[in-house]
Amino acid sequence: MPYGPHTPADREQMLAALGLTSVDQLFEDIPEALRASPLGLPAAEPELELAARLSALAGRNRADLASFLGAGVYRHWSPPAVDQILLRGEWYTAYTPYQPEVSQGTLQSIYEYESLLAELTGLDVVSASHYDGAAATAEAALMTCRATHRDRVLVSRAVHPQYRETLATYFSGGLSLEELPLVAQGELAGTTDLAALERSLSDADRPVAGVVLGQPNFLGLLEPMAEAARLAHEAGALFVAVCEPVSLGVLAPPGAYGADIAAGEGQPLGIPPQYGGPYLGILACTEPLVRQIPGRLVGMTTDLEGRRAFVMTLRAREQDIRRDKAASNICTNQALLALAASVYLAVIGPHGLRDVAALGAARARELEKALVAAGAHRAHDAAFLNEFAVRVPNARLVHRRLLERGVLAGLVLEDVLPDEDDLRDTLLVCATEVTTPAEIARFATALEEALSGRPPVAVEAGAGAAGAASPGRRG
Amino acid sequence: MSVTGPRLQPTLFERSRAERGGGKIPHPPKDALSGIPAHQLRGDAPGLPEINEVEVVRHYVNLSQLNFAVDTGFYPLGSCTMKFNPKLNEWAARLPGFAGAHPLAPDEAVQGTLQLLWELQGILAEVTGMRAVSLQPAAGAQGELTGILMIRAYHRSREDRERSEVLVPDSAHGTNPATASMAGYRTVSIPSARDGGVDVEAFRSALGPRTAAVMITNPSTLGLFERRIGELLEAVHEAGALAYMDGANLNAILGRFKPGEAGFDVMHLNTHKTFSTPHGGGGPGAGPVGVGELLEPFLPVPRVIRDDDGSFRLERAGERPTSIGRMRSFVGSTGVLVRAYAYLRAHGAEGLREVTDDAVLAANYLKHRLATDGSYDIPFEQACKHEFVASAAGIKKRTGVRTLDIAKRLIDHGFHPPTIYFPLTVEEGMLVEPTETESLETLDAFADALIEIAHEAGSEPAVVTGAPHTAPVRRLDEATAARQPNLRWRPMTGRQMPCPD
Amino acid sequence: MVPTDLRYTKDHEWIRVDGDEATIGITAYAADQLGDIVFVELPEAGRSLEQFATFGVVESVKAVSDLFAPVAGEVVEANSALTGQPELINGAPYGDGWMIRVRIADRAQLDELLEPAAYDALVAGS
Repeated sequence: MPYGPHTPADREQMLAALGLTSVDQLFEDIPEALRASPLGLPAAEPELELAARLSALAGRNRADLASFLGAGVYRHWSPPAVDQILLRGEWYTAYTPYQPEVSQGTLQSIYEYESLLAELTGLDVVSASHYDGAAATAEAALMTCRATHRDRVLVSRAVHPQYRETLATYFSGGLSLEELPLVAQGELAGTTDLAALERSLSDADRPVAGVVLGQPNFLGLLEPMAEAARLAHEAGALFVAVCEPVSLGVLAPPGAYGADIAAGEGQPLGIPPQYGGPYLGILACTEPLVRQIPGRLVGMTTDLEGRRAFVMTLRAREQDIRRDKAASNICTNQALLALAASVYLAVIGPHGLRDVAALGAARARELEKALVAAGAHRAHDAAFLNEFAVRVPNARLVHRRLLERGVLAGLVLEDVLPDEDDLRDTLLVCATEVTTPAEIARFATALEEALSGRPPVAVEAGAGAAGAASPGRRG
Repeated sequence: MSVTGPRLQPTLFERSRAERGGGKIPHPPKDALSGIPAHQLRGDAPGLPEINEVEVVRHYVNLSQLNFAVDTGFYPLGSCTMKFNPKLNEWAARLPGFAGAHPLAPDEAVQGTLQLLWELQGILAEVTGMRAVSLQPAAGAQGELTGILMIRAYHRSREDRERSEVLVPDSAHGTNPATASMAGYRTVSIPSARDGGVDVEAFRSALGPRTAAVMITNPSTLGLFERRIGELLEAVHEAGALAYMDGANLNAILGRFKPGEAGFDVMHLNTHKTFSTPHGGGGPGAGPVGVGELLEPFLPVPRVIRDDDGSFRLERAGERPTSIGRMRSFVGSTGVLVRAYAYLRAHGAEGLREVTDDAVLAANYLKHRLATDGSYDIPFEQACKHEFVASAAGIKKRTGVRTLDIAKRLIDHGFHPPTIYFPLTVEEGMLVEPTETESLETLDAFADALIEIAHEAGSEPAVVTGAPHTAPVRRLDEATAARQPNLRWRPMTGRQMPCPD
Repeated sequence: MVPTDLRYTKDHEWIRVDGDEATIGITAYAADQLGDIVFVELPEAGRSLEQFATFGVVESVKAVSDLFAPVAGEVVEANSALTGQPELINGAPYGDGWMIRVRIADRAQLDELLEPAAYDALVAGS
């Protein structure tokens, strides 16, 4: 066994103390008929060989692409300080801070995370973390039902489709979930249809617990959040904003436009994409909802000698105490990712965060211009921050052709939103502060070629996102 | 509440000075936000602290040193499996090919990750004796919810709508009943038998046409293997219910017992317990779920599939309409799963069996040392699996010193306390799980410390009840923290506490 | 020995009858078992309660317990002082730590409750 310390002599000594001759005797309580068949697994691999295997697998992923793919997960510059702090064993090999006397590091870091996110969201109560943006959104929707004693939630079709699928799974236990359509035409096309929202809210027989909108929405567009919040509140419902944290460096915070709860994906705060996680589910709410929020909370207190200290608090909401009446079954959370987000925000600072968001917006405008010149126009007119949809004939085919040219041309929207007729032959593309003018030029050139049916010219080596060698290498 | 006394470390906010920091990101052009209506923008920059990098680094390095961790010492926390977190795994997860992969990238651009995940599905199916595995759940509790939702989908698919109850033993983790509630079921708590095991008769009388599922932790949260598990599973299936296994204690049975072979229909496992992925101060984890034949159609989407041409891909939307759907975004917490894969390949079949053998041997050795000394009660004398329960009920009776006090005194001896007051069924209980990665010297030193504290409880009880004495802080005022919650920094608090430097 | 002018439930609530109305709280034993009480959730005035149904929740640092109505009736008042000072329940469980006042619906239900001596015996046995 690679990581065990016991020598044969150690094992002998322990067995002798127990009066046993074989460790098998400790497993005699497993009925013979139920004992396991032999494990059919490959042999153990020494570290050197295993490292080579892992490197080879990682190398089969394409790291050479110029990527314009966002759709909920964004590439950003993460200052090396973030990962170097995360690599300290005192952080990542500790458990949940149930013994506060020897966990003040973790506890203070969570309190600071709660405070930083409270500043960003404009909401006073922030949970120590949830699994990801989708699970946090589902928990937010469940909160609205507990708080209002109602069971019907309205969610915009411009909320991330995977979040809506997750909501549907969490609601399958008996709560009711309805989708709000999008405006089809005109200036507001692609944003949530507020007239439809008003109609849904006016059904007095079926009162609504919560209304859920994204900002920016899944199509990258800015939603009329203040108006939606007002309509929700007039009907006695709570308003949930699904937000992207980097955008909060420049956009109005949920607390300012009347959101009762904010949920979101914290990945853009210094966390690598790593094919789906671990990420950071952000969940925040107003103070009156503090007893409805699920997950751990850390508060400030003192020790016996009056020293300031931090401790997990309001624990009686949680599963280990309240069992079947708990606010949620959540136990393990994403503390290490919350730490990453905190270190990121501390290193980047308020003006840095503003620059990250604004530079992404500037790059996105450059991208828009370049794509228009190449023949792809925006699919919607509403304002956007750093992500938008463009119309491209044969979008799926063009997307594939561009991949052959080393460009990951965002997301084919009809693959994830097959029911939205307006989105046939559109690509959802994004830019961030790490997007370079050279990458934008490469995308535009490749798109022009693909649309005109020209064969690809040789892809320039070194122009890839991570500067990897061998562009076009395939798995 | 606000605090004006001394403190260990200033907060980030107390370290902030206007115009410090910066230099990370180029300044955007002035008109970068001109396309955005003014009412959508925030007035001021967010009130985040302004600190330069050296101060941020010192802040977090100094804070880290207030933590106890596996990398600093013995962490025998029962039911949590605090084993060593191999450093190779951290290296692997950070390889740029893995770390940089976008979860919505086309399958052909992420064949390396998909191959790893596909292989991992197979390895976990083999270890658990299950037919198929989903890697999607983000943690054990989400794995439980996944399992119970699949069970509900199964009953519904058979038009069996009367089943409204989930049976859970009283010694179960709190997540079990909380999960049943989230899935819309009523929890029926079943008392444990006198020997600590499941009371098969009590289960039999509670089982019926209303029972949807039974959730069992095996070995139990007392560290005991359920000898009558075969009988129990038969009764469950006879009643038309399905059996869920909480895999929190899988470290005790690798290569010795495969829940799927024994007849469990579904189980989750915790990669952050059994397969050494770091606990991270509370997370992240991963809670893959394995199922038998009956539940395979209901697994969440997407699974990783190997096509006939040898290439790998994610299941496509609508490909398996019987699925319960999605539990979270994307395929799963891949970065955690890369670490678990590295651990499993480093061990192989023989290594995994040794993990369990050494974990169980260490737990029994430690239990034997305490039993021989006699200061602590050992409520269940039979051989334990990877953890065992000791009780300070006798010590409390003799000296007034409680388990909580003993736990805190262990901190002064350089050890993390075991899990205390869990399971709820043992008075003054402590659940000790040494794992396979602690040396004999460490095990002996821990036993010596516990015994010394027991004696100290008699001779100098105030020293024990006042512990810890050497930790960064003494015991905390948890009542005030809950009565007047202070859950975020406010500038007001900052003015009350000027920065010391 | 518990106050002799009250009746009790086996779930450790007490009730003091005063004409058509009654005051309800939890016993000293219950408060002691819970430890430092940090929060209590009580019904609004006007709500009607069923006998032995939950009417609220009391939380300590590490435990939580449902509150059960000793008799059916309509809530007349909840003790608003407990919102800011839940510790009153630990300090004066039969006095300032009272929880609700109700208008009794059916006085016959009082006969189903424990006499002081019977409650003492219950606590002694647990």
